[in-house]
Amino acid sequence: MCIAVPLEVIEIYDEEALVHYKGVKMKVNILLLENVDLGDYLLVHAGCAIEKLDKEEGKKTQRLFDEIFSSEDEGEI
Amino acid sequence: MKSLEINREIRIMEICGTHTMSILRSGIKQLLPSNIKLISGPGCPVCVTSQGYIDAAIELSERENIIITTFGDMINTPGTNSSLKIQRALGNDIRVVYSPLEAVNIARKNPHKEIVFLGIGFETTAPTIALAIDKVYREKTENFSVFTALKTMPEVIKMLIKDKDVQVDGIICPGHVSTIIGEKAFSFISNNLHIPSVIAGFEDKDVRAAIYLLVEMIRENKCDIKNIYSSCVKYEGNKKAKDLMDKVFQHSNSNWRGIGLIENSGLKVTKLYSAYDAEVKFGIKIENSPYLKDCICGNILRGQKTPVDCSFFGKECTPYNPIGVCMVSTEGACGIHYKYLNEV
Amino acid sequence: MEIITLSHGSGGKRTHELIKKIFYKYFDNEILLQQGDSSILKNLGGKIAVTTDSYVINPIFFPGGDIGKLSICGTVNDLAVSGAKPLYITVGFIMEEGLEIKDLEKIVISMAETAKECGVKIIAGDTKVVERGKGDKIYINTTGIGVFENDFDLTGSRIAVGDKVIVNGTLGDHGITILCEREELNFESQIESDCNSLHLLIKDILGVSKKVKFMRDVTRGGLATTLKEIIQEKEMSIVLHEKDIPVREEIGVICEILGFDPLYIANEGKVVLIVSKEDAYKVLQSMKNDPLGKNAAIVGEVVEDKGGKVYLKTEINGTRILDMIEEDLIPRIC
Repeated sequence: MCIAVPLEVIEIYDEEALVHYKGVKMKVNILLLENVDLGDYLLVHAGCAIEKLDKEEGKKTQRLFDEIFSSEDEGEI
Repeated sequence: MKSLEINREIRIMEICGTHTMSILRSGIKQLLPSNIKLISGPGCPVCVTSQGYIDAAIELSERENIIITTFGDMINTPGTNSSLKIQRALGNDIRVVYSPLEAVNIARKNPHKEIVFLGIGFETTAPTIALAIDKVYREKTENFSVFTALKTMPEVIKMLIKDKDVQVDGIICPGHVSTIIGEKAFSFISNNLHIPSVIAGFEDKDVRAAIYLLVEMIRENKCDIKNIYSSCVKYEGNKKAKDLMDKVFQHSNSNWRGIGLIENSGLKVTKLYSAYDAEVKFGIKIENSPYLKDCICGNILRGQKTPVDCSFFGKECTPYNPIGVCMVSTEGACGIHYKYLNEV
Repeated sequence: MEIITLSHGSGGKRTHELIKKIFYKYFDNEILLQQGDSSILKNLGGKIAVTTDSYVINPIFFPGGDIGKLSICGTVNDLAVSGAKPLYITVGFIMEEGLEIKDLEKIVISMAETAKECGVKIIAGDTKVVERGKGDKIYINTTGIGVFENDFDLTGSRIAVGDKVIVNGTLGDHGITILCEREELNFESQIESDCNSLHLLIKDILGVSKKVKFMRDVTRGGLATTLKEIIQEKEMSIVLHEKDIPVREEIGVICEILGFDPLYIANEGKVVLIVSKEDAYKVLQSMKNDPLGKNAAIVGEVVEDKGGKVYLKTEINGTRILDMIEEDLIPRIC
């Protein structure tokens, strides 16, 4: 199952990192990524981190969403 | 939000169980104009696993000294005569795990048993299984192996778009598969098949934005690929994960339940790691079993029919007593339809 | 290490020792200490509520409680939601050979303390021992007896369109806590079971309003299943509002990670009530004054729709239908 919430790295061990999101902490394997640092946000699937979230790209997407959702029209989704 | 107006009926397909779930949980379908149809493709890895594989897994669970480890939804999947759930109730050691690495831990704690992990999934799961196999290879853990039925997305998408019966106008690409294989791997949808596509995440805003962008491209006769999940999806994907997959797995032909054999659409364990390939280790034979007449899982998986078109849906076939695989998995179209829409 | 063996179940010396040193010692009351084959209750008359339940939870000790506390709270709650005042409980223990006696003692102390807080007496009991491997440490069966000091009809027969649906707090705490204790999930968090007895909260609610139409404790199957059970035979439906449903942040995160829906997860300290629109706010205020109701919320209403369905209005204003749970998401949580 994909965990689509951003999990922040708070501790790094050998092959694992301790990540947290809103008061829940868990250990995930980080061998599928290069250079994991404290403060990185990870995407996790089946107990393994599969990507680091790129905050700049995230902001770009947010700006696109702001544009798309800016005209709040009744009857549109 | 901006307009979704378009002057004809259009069909948008998503091919990811998590997208199917997200769409139905948020109730988005009812909010769309009636000429925009959302259809679910074969995005549920358990659903497209052949009956023969499931029967073989059940047979394996009955052998002495074996612990079967599996992701949760395989437990309820019906084989020809039984299911892993029934086998577990009869006393076979079958355990649900949330990660293949958990299965490796079970192998370490049970050195006198053979642990077999049922390796089902698409390209999001494949690297995690590759990681587990590589780990036991390096640590020389001999009592662990994987019975793989991994499948890959690009070939099945090609097949569906080319299929005239399916009629897809736009695709929402699987978000996490894209994270691994990259935007690049889906560029064929624009370049060769001339259909617009959007790589999107799983929040309802992501899905709504994807639908808007697809409608806009269809309206303007464009067939680009847009990536609105770029916080996670890079053009090249995750190179380290792909390299590991290339080391542990090789491409193979694969049998998709309800669809048939698709060339180059599966992954099997390479020779280097064959000691960890359960099929080799235990001499497993996968039979081609016929599936139930009148069960239209195949048509549903291709997006040609919907769950309510099936004569068994909600009557003989329910999540508690599933006939077809689409009803079984948490990401199966019928199971989701039954749970969230409850139209019989 | 002192453990339970088959001789503790033989009815002989070891059994009597066990009963005296543990059960009579902690469950101490004049009815139990009649020590008869049956306990005799004088002056029990009128309308009586009786309930029975069995507790097979694994693990037997968990954050927020244990199987003993659970057995008393669960029984008391079943009586209280019917409108009865809980008075007496009987307990039957089936213990597996090898159970540590110190664990049994902890459980029994927990039951005694909980019973005292609830104002109930444990008046009869039984013990059996099964061989190693034939029972999972300990199973507890109870029967609860209560009396009516009012004549409220809480069966749901008076439910009407416009009535409000209220819960006393956050959903999913118990089931998710048990799941995390049991599985190799590697979660660290501060979650705990909501295992609690609701009789005082319910007494206050019934003291404040005569227009409560229905009450049930929300256990296995979660809120969705409980509401579907009551509404499905009626020519009305219920609409719940996703944004109003209280869920602890950590529980929400774990559910999201594991693919669970808090509406289908078991609780052990939650009650759902259906109350007339006019009394809904005063009932809510009264609940918020109780420690077990501080997160109480109005989560939905009864609507005119003959389908007998439960609808959920989602955060983006979509609608989806909630059916009863089909499969046990997390087995043996109570």
